Amino acid sequence: MIDLLQINPGLWVILAGVIAALMPVGPVRKALAIGAPILAAFLIFTIYDSTEVLAGQFSVLGVELTTLRIDNLSVVWGYLFCLAGFINAVYALHEDSWITDSSALVYTGAAIAGVLSGDWLSLFLFWELTAISSVFLVWQGGAHAYAAGIRYLVIQVLSGVLLLAGAVMFAGANGGDWTFGYVGLETTGAAGWVLLIAMGIKAGFPMLHMWMQDAYPKASITGTVILASFTTKFAIYALARAFPGTDILIWIGCIMTCFPVFFAVIENDLRRVLAYSLNNQLGFMVAGIGIGSTMAMNGVVGQVFVHVIFKGLLFMSIGAVMYRVGTAKASELGGLFRSMPYTTVLCLIGAGSIAAFPLLAAFVTKAMILQAAIDAKLWIPFTMMLFASAGVMEHSGIKVPHFTFFAHDSGRRVKEAPWNMLAAMSIAAVLCIVLAWPWGGYDILYSLMPYETDYKPYTWDHVVFQLQLLFAAIFAFNVLKRFKLYPAERRAEVVDADVLYRRVGKNMAVWTDAMWTRLGARLKRGRDRATASVGRKLSQAFSPAGRMSEAAPSGLPAILTAGLLAVVLVVAYIAAA
Amino acid sequence: MSSWFISHGAAFIVILPLLMAVITALLPAVRRLAWFTALIVAVLVALVAFIVLQTQIDVGAFIYRMGGWEPPHGISLAIDAVNAPIALLIAAMAVFTLIYAEPAVDSEVQRKKRAPFYAAFLLAVAGLIGMVVTGDAFNVFVFLEVSSISTYTLVAMGANRDRRALSAAFNYLILGSIGATFFVIGIGFLYAETGTLNMADMQGILANLDGGSRAAQVGFGFVLVGLGLKLAMFPLHTWLPGAYAYSPTVVTAFLASTATKAALYLLYRFMFTVFDPSFDYVAVTLTYVVTGLAVIGMIFASLQALFQTDARRTLAYSSVAQVGYMLLGIGLISTLGLVGSYLHLINHAVVKGGLFLSLGAMWYRFGITRISDMAGLAKTMPITTAAFTVLAFSLIGVPFTAGFVSKVALAEAALERGWYWAVAVIMIASILALLYMGRMMMVAYFSPPPASAMGEDGRVVRREAPLLMLLPMVGLAVTSVLIGVRGNVYLAEVSENAARVLLPGGGL
Repeated sequence: MIDLLQINPGLWVILAGVIAALMPVGPVRKALAIGAPILAAFLIFTIYDSTEVLAGQFSVLGVELTTLRIDNLSVVWGYLFCLAGFINAVYALHEDSWITDSSALVYTGAAIAGVLSGDWLSLFLFWELTAISSVFLVWQGGAHAYAAGIRYLVIQVLSGVLLLAGAVMFAGANGGDWTFGYVGLETTGAAGWVLLIAMGIKAGFPMLHMWMQDAYPKASITGTVILASFTTKFAIYALARAFPGTDILIWIGCIMTCFPVFFAVIENDLRRVLAYSLNNQLGFMVAGIGIGSTMAMNGVVGQVFVHVIFKGLLFMSIGAVMYRVGTAKASELGGLFRSMPYTTVLCLIGAGSIAAFPLLAAFVTKAMILQAAIDAKLWIPFTMMLFASAGVMEHSGIKVPHFTFFAHDSGRRVKEAPWNMLAAMSIAAVLCIVLAWPWGGYDILYSLMPYETDYKPYTWDHVVFQLQLLFAAIFAFNVLKRFKLYPAERRAEVVDADVLYRRVGKNMAVWTDAMWTRLGARLKRGRDRATASVGRKLSQAFSPAGRMSEAAPSGLPAILTAGLLAVVLVVAYIAAA
Repeated sequence: MSSWFISHGAAFIVILPLLMAVITALLPAVRRLAWFTALIVAVLVALVAFIVLQTQIDVGAFIYRMGGWEPPHGISLAIDAVNAPIALLIAAMAVFTLIYAEPAVDSEVQRKKRAPFYAAFLLAVAGLIGMVVTGDAFNVFVFLEVSSISTYTLVAMGANRDRRALSAAFNYLILGSIGATFFVIGIGFLYAETGTLNMADMQGILANLDGGSRAAQVGFGFVLVGLGLKLAMFPLHTWLPGAYAYSPTVVTAFLASTATKAALYLLYRFMFTVFDPSFDYVAVTLTYVVTGLAVIGMIFASLQALFQTDARRTLAYSSVAQVGYMLLGIGLISTLGLVGSYLHLINHAVVKGGLFLSLGAMWYRFGITRISDMAGLAKTMPITTAAFTVLAFSLIGVPFTAGFVSKVALAEAALERGWYWAVAVIMIASILALLYMGRMMMVAYFSPPPASAMGEDGRVVRREAPLLMLLPMVGLAVTSVLIGVRGNVYLAEVSENAARVLLPGGGL
């Protein structure tokens, strides 16, 4: 009997997903979807004893695997993914979809198992499993999501392959030690870079980010919410584990925080706006990992935790609108606060959280990352992140709720969101408030952080500074709107770096294919003629009527025998001489 | 009783079939009497051969003195780790094929020739076992001729089925005699050089002479070429396809799995324990001539097999290619090479015997000889086709079958010597085997059965082979899988022991 506590809790969630895939009864699937994350969280709680727990070790082909590792870093992600899985399941209660239920469970389980695995091979396995299980959620978006799903899958699998390649190189250089731990870039050479790129793809590094804005807005309503919870945060975990304090990440992270601002401001599809804002949020985390100080890492962990909650809340509220209205285009929405008041309030809480209003979630954690940048005297990154913070306010804090619920009235009168969506959003909203509550609330967050901290976020100067920043952003928005300088909500497609492979690359592929077909026809004719001729010659030689196989009279073999004897004698003569 | 077998078993397994052959020949043509006698004899021989093998494993190599005459003057039977398993292999294959023989011979051989047929079969068994167990070089020649002459007769008895058996038998007779003559000439030279016919004695004297004079080298050449002809070494294999294609099924299966194998055993015996690879001329000839011919034969004969229309000829050419594998193992002159060669010898005996038996069952029911006629056999004869498929996989070298074990062993041996090209050749020949065996299986599985195989209601009528035919086929198929799954435990040890006896020094 193997000890059940030796088993990675994520595997139980994956198992629940497999059962759900075979389960025709909808309510049972829903029960699994809600119950499995709770069970996993309970198991993590049972196993973890505030020191590093290693379990589930065995060796395959000489590789020592540690399939379960719960320490002060991974436990945060473990709880977080369980929580997100639970909220997502509540949010998806109304949807009777076999595929969503099972793939969401497998995806959630793979993410949990991935962050809790202690060696490169298990990590790779779950890294790929998250990719493969989640692509079904993209495809749930309908026929127009098919190509995006394929692109998503290709890029995710590429990331996994790079991860494996890097891990093999890294383990090889380390004398066969497959433990998933610190990598860095100084001493590891190519292996470190390959691993960084592999994680960078999943984390949405600039120029590697396009899959996110490509696939997330095309997935189904619940699919987008689920997708946004795990993949990128999984990658952030891997970065935090393997590359803390790697200088280049500061700059990568800062660029990540800034560039999506411009795209987000002009983008019309609100789910894509949120995908850009997701990218921007990830930038803060990457930069924090790059700084790597105690304060920064605490900030990153806290930021990841609250980010999943408020980003999920925003995606959920836009999803609720889309569920009732049928679209998430800014140009077709507006004035919905009349018909969806609860959703409006909840969305505003999410928007305030992402913009880091005092008393709302990101206020504490973003401040810690910025403070870490100041402590490290990184003035340029600090400025960039400051600009990005204002930008977040601009596009996520104002644009999303403004164009959805206020702005010009679209005339749509719809029902309030279903109760389960409201319930899921409410849980997230309450958490957003609780985790930033100045009187003891953020201590809960602190207790999850890997290092002891006594950072005081609610100081006068900090609160005032933050409010100044936010109101300046609101003021700018209003001024721009007043003078009609703010880009109006228009149906248009924003050209991003993905045009490289969606347009240029595709056209080149199509052209090459056409040329290849033409060339291939020529080549094929020549090749056919050549193989036919070789085949005919072989057949002529070896078929029963052929010269090489015809029934020989005994004379010829007798001569052959004599000839062979002569050969052997000559060879023996020479060899002995 | 069993102690008597332990002390006299080595002689018993030669003498019993020899004597019983005479009695069987005189038996009246009562339907099953001759068959039953032969089968009982074969079972007894197999049991005693097993006892002999066990004795050999328990006490090590031992010598049986015929009539109490001490070697080197008297004739001795020398049992060691090399020949004891092969003697058991021959006896066991005789049992398998004789079980099968009852229905097969009934349909293939004229009634009045049935008793002589079984007599000749027992003679062949006696000759083959005799040439394997004997320790006397001239005795080898005598038993070689006993087995060969009885085999010519057996091949010719296929004339009832296909008249071409007569010309095939004649061809085989001429070439086989040339081979035997070369061999005996070689023995003559060796006798002139060493003054003895006892092989152990010869070995000692040749080693003292450091390989001996030109006479020993000429003797070496004659022995090698003579045995090469007997074991169908390319390009001396031309007698084999005809003989295998037109003789009765039982004979083909038995010859394919034992006759060339016994000759190959003699090659091991002479190349490694009479001569020695430490003599330059032996090493050079094995490395360049034998290996070269082995490699060319593997590819060439596989191509020949690929383009045959007759199923049995395909398998016959495949046998020549497989002999190439075994010769490659010899040419490596290393313990690993001999292990691979020896393993492949045993595996190929099991596999090729079983394949010929399956083809014979197909002929028995539907008169099939051509590959194109095998259409729909998977539906009409499912068990036979299943056995055929398993054995074909084994011949190709699919994992978990016998062929895989020995091909991997050979490839490892080639790698040990750094002969990467030899690994490539093994791969190519295996791919060719996949093609020529796959061709048959494609037809058997994917072509619809002919209209004549359909019943009145338009459904396929199953016409499975009789039980006595199915048992040995399925038994051999299961054996090949068992070797593939567990062969690394028992057979590998047998092969390693044999290789250690042949090459005590571990080779080059």
